[in-house]
Amino acid sequence: MLHQLTTWQLAAKLARREVSSRQAMQACLDQIQRVDGRLHAFLSCDAADALAQADAADQALAAGAAGRPLLGVPIAIKDVIAVRGQPLRCGSKILGQFISPYNATVVEKLQAAGAVVFGRLNMDEFAMGSSTENSAFGATRNPWDTARIPGGSSGGSAAAVAADECLAALGSDTGGSIRQPAALCGCVGLKPTYGRVSRYGLVAFASSLDQIGPFAKDVRDAALALAAISGPDPRDSTSVPQPVPDYAAALNGNIKGLKLGLAKEYMIGGMDPQVSAAVQTAVKQLEKLGAEIVEISLPHTDFAVAAYYIIATAEASANLARFDGIRYGARVDGADPTDLYGKTRGAGFGAEVKRRIILGTYVLSSGYYDAFYLRAQKVRTLIRRDFLDAFEKVDAIVTPTTPTAAFRLGEKSGDPLQMYLSDIFTISCNLAGICGLSLPCGFTENPKLPIGLQLLGKPFGEETILRLAHAYEQSTGWHKEKPPLGP
Amino acid sequence: MASDFNIQYVARLARLSLSPAEEEQLGAQLAGILGYIEKLKELDVSGIEPTAHAVPLVNVFRPDVAQPSLSNEEALRNAPAKANGLFVVPKIVE
Repeated sequence: MLHQLTTWQLAAKLARREVSSRQAMQACLDQIQRVDGRLHAFLSCDAADALAQADAADQALAAGAAGRPLLGVPIAIKDVIAVRGQPLRCGSKILGQFISPYNATVVEKLQAAGAVVFGRLNMDEFAMGSSTENSAFGATRNPWDTARIPGGSSGGSAAAVAADECLAALGSDTGGSIRQPAALCGCVGLKPTYGRVSRYGLVAFASSLDQIGPFAKDVRDAALALAAISGPDPRDSTSVPQPVPDYAAALNGNIKGLKLGLAKEYMIGGMDPQVSAAVQTAVKQLEKLGAEIVEISLPHTDFAVAAYYIIATAEASANLARFDGIRYGARVDGADPTDLYGKTRGAGFGAEVKRRIILGTYVLSSGYYDAFYLRAQKVRTLIRRDFLDAFEKVDAIVTPTTPTAAFRLGEKSGDPLQMYLSDIFTISCNLAGICGLSLPCGFTENPKLPIGLQLLGKPFGEETILRLAHAYEQSTGWHKEKPPLGP
Repeated sequence: MASDFNIQYVARLARLSLSPAEEEQLGAQLAGILGYIEKLKELDVSGIEPTAHAVPLVNVFRPDVAQPSLSNEEALRNAPAKANGLFVVPKIVE
């Protein structure tokens, strides 16, 4: 069952030539055939191209895998990241039959590390949502209970990794879009520090918040994928010229004396008691492993969701102006250009995208800019300061990833504000530009659904949160549980 | 603030055609969301500098040298309407 391995397990077997990349790729394609009719994690999958890449990897493996840690490993990609020659639709109708003319930097980097890059993973349209119900091509289902959402916006990435349809995946995170679905599907998801990973070839949602990051079956895989995609890129002026450490080498199991912050503002009402209990047990476990628990305060937490929905929508309204039906994508003809733009955008965008474009346009419009957008940017300063102050006292911060486990399809789709408020624990990380990781820390009972633990780290502090996560994971084994998908 | 929110005006600024049903639904939902984000007014932000993004990088330049880029044919491949190596658009000037 090659598709069920982790990337490091498969890479080792491939390097020893015990198995072939073609066999591993075929195992993933067979699993997609078996389960994706129920999950709808993939929007498309070019099997012939994937197998051809696997064959090329097998030829390279014959000459040795030195320096290519992911050689022959199948990794799938969220539909917001460009892969040359493959569709790129961002879960939206407005891109029509768009085919990417170039590769994102992260795709070039994965390929340089030897990965077989395949598939287009479902998502909320333009990464706007927390449930993947906003995809123009139909919702993705949670592998643990197909009546429930997988989280979002990278719901396809999380579901595909949890269901062993690929070895690992890439997603993007603007306010929790990697960590929240990872938590709800029971895998590891990492949002790197702003500037750690190039966004060249990522379709922009909110440029001051977006980061690309990995979904993985365990912490070691997340470390390997992060190392592969990180680093400065002359094509993204926000990528930071900071050396890329050997993240896997940080996983030494030693967390003795690391200080772990618990924020009192994160003890909110509306938490599922089973989620609270699982997180408390996880904190005790980290303490048992040698971490020191320190109470901290993040006093502006209560304002994060409001600041986020001003900043993110303002930036989105500007970024999505490029979808005008002129140079690419679908077009609805009009009497003049303005008429064409309006009709194309009215027909091409879904309800949530329209809601956010309208909100973002409003908060930037004349007379409201200072009251909303500028004020939100000042609140962002206060939120960032909260974290930098806290990191003077602690090495990392521990929180639940989400207030509840996966909710049912349709449960929140009629109430956008309730949907936004469910992102309370993940949003501040993007506003502050720090790194964050979610990993499994238990399950609810009846129904059995995954619960996620979030670790937040200092800017460029990925090694510390990976080390903590790895020590916890290895002492518990939650990551080995598989969803009940049957034959 | 939410009371003077004019969805038709904002939709026109955004170049976004909405049906009357969409105007009604989005208008009602946005009134609720705007009511929520009003809570930022509770904070005193005097003397606080705004944060545009979290990376301390300014003025990142590269040498002004031509780099390989998409060919004309590749750049037009996804165009909804094209002719003679150009994008076709509705008439702008009479």
